[in-house]
Amino acid sequence: MTTWESVIGIEVHVELGTASKMFCGCPVVFGDQPNTAVCPTCLGLPGALPVTNGTAIEWLARIGLALHCQIAPFSVFHRKNYFYADVPKNYQISQFDLPLCVDGWLDVTVDGEEIRVGIERAHMEEDTGKSLHQGSGGRIHAATSTLLDFNRSGVPLVEIVSRPDLRSAAQARAYAQDLRAVVAELGVSDARMEEGSIRFDANVSVRPVGDTELGTKVEIKNMNSFRSLERAIASEIDRQVGVLEEGGVVIQETRHWDEEAGATKGMRTKEGSSDYRYFTEPDLVPLEMLASTVDKVRADLPELPADRRQRFGDLGLDSPLASVLSGSGPDLRRVFDEAVALGADPVMSANWITGEVTAAFRRAETATAEVRIKGSDLAELVMMVKEGILSSSAAKEALSGVMAGEGSPRVVAEARDLMQVSDEGLIGEAIDQVLAANVEAIERFRGGEEKVLGFLVGQVMRATGGKADPKLVNALLRQRIT
Amino acid sequence: MSLADLTIAEAGTQLRSGDATSVDLLEAVIERASFTEAQLHCYLTIDHEGARKAAESADWELAAGTDRGPLHGIPLALKDNFCTRGLTTTCSSQILAGYVPPYDATVVSRLRSGGAVIVGKTNLDEFAMGSSTENSAFGPTRNPWDPERVPGGSSGGSAAAVAVGSALGGFGSDTGGSIRQPASLCGVVGFKPTYGLVSRYGLVAFASSLDQIGPLARNVGDALTLFEAVAGHDPLDSTSYPGPVPEMRSDLEAGPKGIRVGVVSELSGDGYEPEVSTAMSKMLNQLADDGAELVEVSLPTFELALSCYYLIAPAEASANLARFDGVRYGLRVDGETVEEMMARTRAEGFGPEVTRRILLGTYSLSAGYYDAFYGQANRLRTKLIREIAAIHEQVDVLVSPTSPTVAFELGAKTQDPLAMYLSDVCTIPADLAGTPAISVPVGLDHQGLPIGLQVMAPALGEAVMFRTAKAVEERAGFTARPALAGLPT
Repeated sequence: MTTWESVIGIEVHVELGTASKMFCGCPVVFGDQPNTAVCPTCLGLPGALPVTNGTAIEWLARIGLALHCQIAPFSVFHRKNYFYADVPKNYQISQFDLPLCVDGWLDVTVDGEEIRVGIERAHMEEDTGKSLHQGSGGRIHAATSTLLDFNRSGVPLVEIVSRPDLRSAAQARAYAQDLRAVVAELGVSDARMEEGSIRFDANVSVRPVGDTELGTKVEIKNMNSFRSLERAIASEIDRQVGVLEEGGVVIQETRHWDEEAGATKGMRTKEGSSDYRYFTEPDLVPLEMLASTVDKVRADLPELPADRRQRFGDLGLDSPLASVLSGSGPDLRRVFDEAVALGADPVMSANWITGEVTAAFRRAETATAEVRIKGSDLAELVMMVKEGILSSSAAKEALSGVMAGEGSPRVVAEARDLMQVSDEGLIGEAIDQVLAANVEAIERFRGGEEKVLGFLVGQVMRATGGKADPKLVNALLRQRIT
Repeated sequence: MSLADLTIAEAGTQLRSGDATSVDLLEAVIERASFTEAQLHCYLTIDHEGARKAAESADWELAAGTDRGPLHGIPLALKDNFCTRGLTTTCSSQILAGYVPPYDATVVSRLRSGGAVIVGKTNLDEFAMGSSTENSAFGPTRNPWDPERVPGGSSGGSAAAVAVGSALGGFGSDTGGSIRQPASLCGVVGFKPTYGLVSRYGLVAFASSLDQIGPLARNVGDALTLFEAVAGHDPLDSTSYPGPVPEMRSDLEAGPKGIRVGVVSELSGDGYEPEVSTAMSKMLNQLADDGAELVEVSLPTFELALSCYYLIAPAEASANLARFDGVRYGLRVDGETVEEMMARTRAEGFGPEVTRRILLGTYSLSAGYYDAFYGQANRLRTKLIREIAAIHEQVDVLVSPTSPTVAFELGAKTQDPLAMYLSDVCTIPADLAGTPAISVPVGLDHQGLPIGLQVMAPALGEAVMFRTAKAVEERAGFTARPALAGLPT
């Protein structure tokens, strides 16, 4: 029986959050009253002309550099011609054979394995308006009428095209999530899937393992979450394999993911490759990118998720922990970095940040979302735990006090009497009481039942109200009964 | 003599001496129009109310000591493919019948702030596609020298209006000769500037890489004045030239002595009416007598310019005209689906020549044909640009007839698109090269029809072009006016 391999490439559209649109001065808004952020240019009125938004171009260069792309010193806008009611000029200004960013890559870790996904290109285009189909649950085919909102028309849109380097739905999902994280980190877009400010389409084909030629690809659209992206690709792979195993052929087409049905569905429109009749946009001059501008954009790049994971790894964090910490909010990461700079143990600090501190934030869920823990607090907390001054449960309580604004961990621990008892005399008294009451247990330990020691430690801890240093209790107990 | 027959310079003098008011000038041109429009049909819209207000306001301002410059109070005609806020703009197409733009083209706002009075919007070939103004959905314009003949096109309405006196000056747009050819056929001056010197913002696009706005006037000096009022960088047009407008006045009267005049051998011979060729030779001899140096030059690519143009211009037009789909403005013909609505709207809204060019352009951009047609045409265009730049190392200007023929009769070429396209054989090279060119009337043929001479210059070479044009004008002594202009006084 044939074993199949799937080959997946991802196309991503990112709406940039620049102040104004790509080719006119209208504001970039989301959810405003329809057709209020429009002008002759983005409505495609006769005679209106486009003027390139320089900030959007720089932001595209940011994306390109973050994805290790070459930035073309000379690139060109083209017209992509097709008739559609929400495309006001019936062509989109886009980039074709001379895009701004080419030949990059993004490293993605999936199940502990790192893969390098090639980026073919990242280019600039303009978004379309929105069609609001009436009387059909939003579908065009049964619509009785369609309303058009051109607020989105002309919003700067970056398209990022990966090479077909992905081999599973899980890899595709990981790539999509990591790419989203990069875009979010760059601060160039909201990158919200649910609002459509980042949109993923997948090109999926399958072939027998060992084949070098690509199978017929199918484009899938309409995935609204990373989960649906993964499900859609997995389902499409299954469908294609099923078709091929039954002796059929895969047809090149665009299919829509139907979330409820859990399957991709072919569109009812006629298929056939579209001829967009690209030609150079004569209303714009070629885009020249000075090396000095590229250098400036590069110098201003923030630390990117992959670099950050690498740095955390170098601090001794294992890969999952580094990933989770890297994905934490910038405020939390700053607390971590400050604590480590003050000498706190990086792994312990990371565990606290990604565990208790994050949980405390989630619980708080306050509108203020104020970070009430400083780097120095985390450093102190971690050191107190490490030195045995606080038990882990006491440290959690101390943390909640810190978060409640009661002061530093030491101040809270003192006020709430949380510090561990390390006084051998006090612990010795507790041990004496416990041993007196558990003579039988001592016998069993001496008979070779090691685990009885744990029971006895527990009893001593209970007798000291949980404040005794468990390591010390352990050591002292062992001394007495052996 | 009526005020309608004054040049812009003369009218300006009268306005400032108090001999005439702007309202007087406006009334004179509107009175002229009231006699000539029934025959000529220069205008699609006359803005009686708006023009009157502008003229009154110009008069108050002058009285109060505010002088906005040489176009202050001057009544002008604008081709109906310039967007005018609040004033119908149709491009002579059913698809835009009744369309009222919400904004002014940059040229229009510059004219308004210069105090000009916009009389109305003039007729053109639909979307500026044509050479006779017969391709107007609202009926043709006729030539004031002989109403049985065409005024040329596509800016035939503006050219005829300036010739007959229903405006003191006007503006048109030139994509393949649409200013110069009608100027030649109507006996006025028509000037196409270097590409980028005048903003295209608000000019309804035909072929974006070729379209350029320019003036039509009764003499070279007026054409320069009109041009200066609208030229200069516009941040709303990315293809607008960012540098300063060339200085053109200091050498204007310097005469022909020392100018190296290239005579283009490709723009002569078969297909050129003998009287057109004779008129040109006569003028060249006069220039040479006064010290110009004549050089016979050959520009082989000129032979291919027409074919090149008819691939590039329709290709761009096919995209530029895609926005007329019935969705947001203009004509809408309903259909069962949105695609059917768009298709019906376009089928009914566009006339045959526009449809022909959209099809041509769509075809030449199609996958599999692009390289052979559109791609090849662009390579040829680059060759032409280099050829022109190289020839200007030898000569300062190039001259040719503006049109191979004088005005032809209505209907003579409407059944033969290729014959019509040949009307632009002399004017197209300057559009493809983006270089400046002007048509100056040099005389009348035996039927009393005007003949124009074209002067071309290198990009941004407006100064030597105007200087040569002025020398031609002085030597031609062309003072004739169409009989129609003289009838009513």
